Amino acid sequence: MIKRSVFLPLIALFSALAVLAAGPAQAWEPKKPVDFVIMAGKGGGADKMARLMQSVIEKHGFSSKPFVPINKPGGSGAEALIHMKGKQGDNHTVMVTLNSFYTTPLRQPKLDVDISTFTPVGRMAEDTFLLWVNVDSGITNVDEFVAAARAAGSDWLMAGTGKGQEDQLLTTFLNKAYDLKIKYVPFKGGGRVAKELAGNHCNSTVNNPSEQLGFYQAGKTRAIASFTPTRLPLFPDAPTFKELGKDYVYFMQRSVVGAPGMSDEAAAYYRDVFARVYATDEWQAYMTKKSLMGGFLTGPKLKAYWAREKAVHEVILKDIGEI
Amino acid sequence: METFDLLMQGFGIALEPLNLALVIFGCALGLFIGAMPGLGSVNGVAILLPMTFLVPPTGAIIFLAAIYYGAMYGGAISSIMLGIPGASTAVATTFDGRPLALAGKADQALITAAGASFIGGTISVVLFTLFAPPLAEVALAFGAAEEFSLMMLAFATFIGLGGDDIPKTLFSIFIGLVLSAVGLDIISGEPRLIFGGLPGFFHGINFLVLAIGIYGIGEMLWTIESSHDGVKVSQASFSIGRIATHLKGLKHSLKASFMGSFLGYFVGILPAAGATPGSIMAYGMAKTMSKDPDSFGKGNIEGVAAPESANNAASTGSMLPMLTLGIPGSPTTAILLGGMVIWGLEPGPMLFVEHQSFVWGLIASLYVANLFAMLINLAFIPAFIGVLRMPFTILAPIIFVLCLVGGYAPTQNMHDVWLILIFGIVGYLMRKLDYPLAPAVLAIVLGPLAETSMRQALLMSDGNLMIFIERPISGPIMGGAVVLFLLPLLKLLRKPRVPVSD
Repeated sequence: MIKRSVFLPLIALFSALAVLAAGPAQAWEPKKPVDFVIMAGKGGGADKMARLMQSVIEKHGFSSKPFVPINKPGGSGAEALIHMKGKQGDNHTVMVTLNSFYTTPLRQPKLDVDISTFTPVGRMAEDTFLLWVNVDSGITNVDEFVAAARAAGSDWLMAGTGKGQEDQLLTTFLNKAYDLKIKYVPFKGGGRVAKELAGNHCNSTVNNPSEQLGFYQAGKTRAIASFTPTRLPLFPDAPTFKELGKDYVYFMQRSVVGAPGMSDEAAAYYRDVFARVYATDEWQAYMTKKSLMGGFLTGPKLKAYWAREKAVHEVILKDIGEI
Repeated sequence: METFDLLMQGFGIALEPLNLALVIFGCALGLFIGAMPGLGSVNGVAILLPMTFLVPPTGAIIFLAAIYYGAMYGGAISSIMLGIPGASTAVATTFDGRPLALAGKADQALITAAGASFIGGTISVVLFTLFAPPLAEVALAFGAAEEFSLMMLAFATFIGLGGDDIPKTLFSIFIGLVLSAVGLDIISGEPRLIFGGLPGFFHGINFLVLAIGIYGIGEMLWTIESSHDGVKVSQASFSIGRIATHLKGLKHSLKASFMGSFLGYFVGILPAAGATPGSIMAYGMAKTMSKDPDSFGKGNIEGVAAPESANNAASTGSMLPMLTLGIPGSPTTAILLGGMVIWGLEPGPMLFVEHQSFVWGLIASLYVANLFAMLINLAFIPAFIGVLRMPFTILAPIIFVLCLVGGYAPTQNMHDVWLILIFGIVGYLMRKLDYPLAPAVLAIVLGPLAETSMRQALLMSDGNLMIFIERPISGPIMGGAVVLFLLPLLKLLRKPRVPVSD
C-alpha cells in the first residue's frame, strides 16, 4: 500500500514535468525538408521569385530545414492544385501561387479544388501590368495605340502567356474598352512574350515590368499605360487607365499558401518565416526593382483577399466566355 | 582589340584561385551529374543553386556554369557505356556510341566524345567572344515561323535514321508524336490525352521518361534475353597505348566535329531550341554528308563526334540569349538565370554594360571549364571502362535502380516511374518486332517545339501557310528542309535498288 501511494504522486509529478518540457513555449518546427511547390514552370516569373524566397530563407537561416522547390506547371497550375489538395493535413508542403489559383479552378470545375480550404500563409507582393509596344512602332500613347490597332483590325497581334490567363483577360479588356479586334497569341512564359515584342513578332504585350525591363532599359520597348491605381515610380510617363477614363486595375498576386488542413502551429510557423522574408532587404530591393506593389497579407485578411479576387475573376471569365 | 582586353580582364577573374577551384570542382561534379541517367544538368544546377551562397556572385555563377558544362561532357558517358542517354542532349550520342561500346570500342567512343566536346566548346566560346551582340540580334529575329522551319529542318535531317523499313519508321515517329501531344495544350489551354484526368499526365510525358524506359529498361530486358548467363555487357579493354592511338584517331572525326560545333552553336543561340535539336541535327547532317552513311547507327565514330561537339557548342550558345536578352535558350540556363537574378545580376541587354567584369569573367571561365572538363573526363575513362567489366548480373540491378531513381528525381512523381516501366516493356517489344526506336524518341523531343511554333505562326497569319515561305529567314530554312526531305527520294530514283538477297 505504501508503495502504491508513493507511486501515484510520482507519476503525477513526471507527467507534470513532461507537460512543462513540451509546453507552449516550444514552437512547432518542420521535421523534414519542406516541399516548396511552384505553380509554374522553371524560369518564369513565379519560379524566379520562388527561388529568390528559397535563397533568402537559406541565407538568413529562417528555417531549420531546407525548402525544396518542385515545379508543377501542368494544366495552368491544375497539376499543382491537385497535388496540394492531395496533401490534406500535411505540415510540410507550401506552394507559391499566382492568379491561376483563382482562374484554373473556375475554368476546370472537374478538378474539384476549393481554394478557400487552403491555408493562407502570406501574400508577398502584387505584380503590376503595363501595356507595351515596340519603339519602332512610333507609338507613344494610348490614343495612337488605339488608332493603329483599329486600323490593323484582327492583324494586330498581342502576345501573351497562356489561354484564359492574366494576359488574355487584359487583352479582352482592351478589345472591349476601345472597340478593338486584337488577336491574342499564347506563348510559353513571360520572358518569351517580351522577346516576341522586342523582335517585332507581335504588336503589343501586357508584360509585368520584371519581364520587359531589360528591353525597356535597352530602348527597344516602351510602356504606354499601366493597369495600376497610380503611376508606377519606374515608369512615370505611362499613365494609368484610370487617368485615361477607363477605370480598370489589375494585379497578379504573388502569394504563398499551405496545404489544406495544415495544423495551426505549422501555419503559424510558415507565416512567421515568410513575414521575415518579406521584411528582408533582399525582398524589398527586389520589389522596388521589379515595380512590385502590395504589403504582406496573411490569415483571415489573405482569405478575404482571395474571396474578393476570385469573385472578380469569375465575372471577368464569364465576360470573355471562358466559363 | 577592345574585346581582347576585356577577355584578358575576364581571365584575370576566372583564374583567381577561388574561381579556378570552383571551375574544377564544378566540372567534376557536372561530369558525374551528367553521367547519371535522368540526373541532367537541369537538376544538378537547380539542386546546387543555394550552395552558391557561400561564395561571391561571380564565383557562384561560374560554378553553376561549370556544372552545366561538365554535365554536357558527362551526358555522353552513360549514352556510350549503358546505352541510356544521361540527358536529352546526349540522345544522338547513343545511336553510334552504344554500338561502339558493344563492339569493345568504348574507350575510342569516350575519347572521341571528350575530344569532340572540347572542339565544340572551344569553337563556340570563341564565336561567343567575337560575335555576341550581333548574334543576339539574330536570336531576336527568330519568331514562331522561323522556329517551325528550323524544326522541319531538324526532322528532315533524321529522315534516314530509321533504317530501311519505312512503314515501321513512320509508325515509330507517330507514336512519339502522339506521346508528345499528351498534357496541356499551350494554345487552347485544354488538357489532351490525359486518360480521363490522371493528374500525372497534366505536365505531359517528359522526354526522359520515354528515353529511360526504352533505352534503360527496354535495353536491359533485351540484353537479358539475348545474352545467356555469364555474358558481360561488352568486352572492354583499356591501355595507355590504345588511348594514344585513339587520340591520334581523333583527326578522322574532325570534319564531323567542326560541322557539329558551328551547327550546334547557331541552333543553341535560338531561344527555345537549345542543345537537343542542335545535337540531333548535327548527327543527321554528319550522316547525310558522310561518304559512308550506311555505317551510321552501327558504330561510326563520326556519329559520336558530331552530336557531342554540337551539344557542347549549343550549351555555350544557349547562354547567349540568356545573357543578352534575358531569355534562357535551354531549361538549364533558365535556372542559371534565376541564380543571376538572386545575385542582382539582371540578364538582358544592359548586362554587358552594367556588369562588364562579371560577363567577361564568365566567358573566360568557359574557356577554362572546357579544358578541365576534358582533362577530368579523360582521367576517368579507365574507371568508366571498369564499370563495363562488371558481370551483367551485377550491372543490371544497378542500371535498373539508376533508371527508376533518375525517372523519379526530376518531378518527384511516382506516376513517371510507372510510365518508365510501361515504356520499358513496350520498348522491348518494339525492339523484338524490329521497330526502330530512335524516331520515337526524337519525335517526342521535337514534336512539342514544332507543334507550338507552327500553331503560333498560323494564328498570326490567319492560317496562311505562306508565312513559312515569305519571311526572309524562315523561307531559306524551309527550303533547305524540303531539299533534305526530297534528297533520299532522289537518290532512290537515280540509283536502282540493289535486290535484297534472303
